[in-house]
Amino acid sequence: MLKIQDLHVHIEGKEILRGLDLELPDGEVHAIMGPNGSGKSTLAYTLAGREGYDVTQGRILFDDLDLTEMEPEERAREGVFLAFQYPVEIPGVVNANFLKSSVNALRKHRGEKELDAMEFLKLARQKLKLLKMNEELLSRPINVGFSGGEKKRNEIFQMGMLEPRLAVLDETDSGLDIDALKIVADGVNTLRGPGRSILLITHYQRLLDYIVPDKVHVMVAGRIVRSGGKELALELEARGYADVVKAAAAA
Amino acid sequence: MVASQQTLETLRSLGGEYKYGFVTDIESDFAPKGLDENTVRFISAKKGEPEWLLEWRLKAYRLWRAQHDEGHEPAWARVTYPKIDYQDIYYYAAPKTKNQPKSLDEVDPELLKTYEKLGIPLAERAALAGVAVDAVFDSVSVATTFRERLKELGVIFCPISEAVRDHPELVKKYLGSVVPYSDNFFASLNSAVFSDGSFVYVPPGVRCPMELSTYFRINAKDSGQFERTLIIADKGAYVSYLEGCTAPMRDENQLHAAVVELVTLEDAEIRYATVQNWYPGDKDGKGGIYNFVTKRGACRGARSQISWTQVETGSAITWKYPSVILQGDDSVGKFYSVAVTNNHQQADTGTKMIHIGRNTRSTIVSKGISAGQGQNTYRGLVRVLPKAEGARNYSQCDSLLIGDKCGGHTVPYIEVKNRSARVEHEATTSKISDDQLFYCRQRGLSTEDAVSTIVNGFCREVLQKLPMEFAVEAQKLLGVSLEGSVG
Repeated sequence: MLKIQDLHVHIEGKEILRGLDLELPDGEVHAIMGPNGSGKSTLAYTLAGREGYDVTQGRILFDDLDLTEMEPEERAREGVFLAFQYPVEIPGVVNANFLKSSVNALRKHRGEKELDAMEFLKLARQKLKLLKMNEELLSRPINVGFSGGEKKRNEIFQMGMLEPRLAVLDETDSGLDIDALKIVADGVNTLRGPGRSILLITHYQRLLDYIVPDKVHVMVAGRIVRSGGKELALELEARGYADVVKAAAAA
Repeated sequence: MVASQQTLETLRSLGGEYKYGFVTDIESDFAPKGLDENTVRFISAKKGEPEWLLEWRLKAYRLWRAQHDEGHEPAWARVTYPKIDYQDIYYYAAPKTKNQPKSLDEVDPELLKTYEKLGIPLAERAALAGVAVDAVFDSVSVATTFRERLKELGVIFCPISEAVRDHPELVKKYLGSVVPYSDNFFASLNSAVFSDGSFVYVPPGVRCPMELSTYFRINAKDSGQFERTLIIADKGAYVSYLEGCTAPMRDENQLHAAVVELVTLEDAEIRYATVQNWYPGDKDGKGGIYNFVTKRGACRGARSQISWTQVETGSAITWKYPSVILQGDDSVGKFYSVAVTNNHQQADTGTKMIHIGRNTRSTIVSKGISAGQGQNTYRGLVRVLPKAEGARNYSQCDSLLIGDKCGGHTVPYIEVKNRSARVEHEATTSKISDDQLFYCRQRGLSTEDAVSTIVNGFCREVLQKLPMEFAVEAQKLLGVSLEGSVG
């Protein structure tokens, strides 16, 4: 269970999140929608612990852990995963080797035996099959020369390998054509289930046709201003953000 | 495989501090400090050398002396260091033994313990690993393994001082034939005072069945190390040679001025790989090795090949340009290099590819990594002479910067005198970005592992050229060398 309480975040002295509250129970998928500049990506980076995102007030609680002051790698090892909006290229580093280090860093933290090359490969092949992805992904350098769709798919594959307890998907639908979107959405649906909470950050209702959320939150000016069921997304799609923004300003 | 990994334990994760900074307590046999004709005679006499070699040394000495007195120490490299007092160095330091050891049992146990600490498999178990080690401790080769097995094939692998005695015709023919004593200031110095090093001869048509390996270590205080290596691959022969280096921690700077000469005849191939981890000095730039080395190969025969692969993580200053003279038609020269400078280290390193024969080809891949206040310069020459019809060169020089106080520089020299030649040069400079670091950390890697991962990716093309076991150690070494470079 993720509990965000009265979260205030500054970037270079400017307040971006202004008292955000959010609860995401185990096994649920919540969507966060909102206009440009409302702080959606800031929330994603803050959850992952990126430097320069200063929490000035409030707390991020994750089960019995307080994530607020933890280093990014400590959060990752506790099962927090961020699918990046813009996955980073790392030339010369082969995906399989990188993921093996990554998987083993998490396993080591949990006190489990680290996987050797063969065990890792076996697991990776299983996951690729499950996600209907090509094995060639393993031998390519991380995100180098990948199309937009391939990069996003690679993020979902990594998520599958790391089996996070909390996955934050930051505009995973952006820049995808409809076929790529379906593949990514299928992947996410495959990975959803008990013991794993997913936070979907998106601009558009379109993604939610494929990944049906348990709840939808609307974010405006660094706060959640409305929450509802999946029908809320359709309402926003039909009427735009203007009404909620106005209502938020009036409140 | 198992024991060869032991050889390489030497280079194994150093835990942030220089792990090989121990000093072995052995009584050494020194030549008096300083350098004059008597020093040269002393060294030559100690080795029981023939007259011709002494004469050669003396010619080299006189030339060096003249250059030194006229202030002609080379100053063109992009490195700075206080003037070296050549009279304040021991030019000969040998562990004291009553008699030459005939087998391992006769070698000073203290010395063997040092090798054990270094992880070198001097014992026979290394046979299983297929590594023959010629260990150079300060100036004298202590023991050479597997000579017997190599001997059956006619491969000669021994200390060069022994080769002078047992194979004078080969030494006389090839010594100084690639790097003449007049080549440069440090080559002259080395020719005058070289005390030991390795000698390899692979006879026609023989493929050397094991990787030959030498381990260099500077032990004595204030001593220089001037080893001389000579490798000859006769027609159709093949040999792969590995060289690793460490030195104890000393506050004073120590000089290492080696010369390596390689010769390939028709259809022969030599692969020479170095992992250099000399003491780099402390965080403030105090101490460390001055590594002023001349390495050159001559592809004398048609279709012969020489490749240099180097991973340079140590030394306070590195000044070396492993080069290939492409004399034979269709001969091939390759240079793959990773050079790391952290803290106050300086490196000016690169290669020279001299195309003389027709259809000669050369490839240069250089990866420079700078962190802290390190300065890293790639300096390389590609020269195509008029008769080198159809010569081709491809050069790629990439710099990676970590932090904002370091420097990466690329200085390519290209001289083409044949119109049919094709020469390509590409260069890039990049930084490890915050985005890359954060991405790795978000996947559970520590900052240090993230840096190491990114750097190893950057060097991948070069590391792939190393023999397997060396590559693994080199990867670890890269990570260790850069520890603490990201805040």
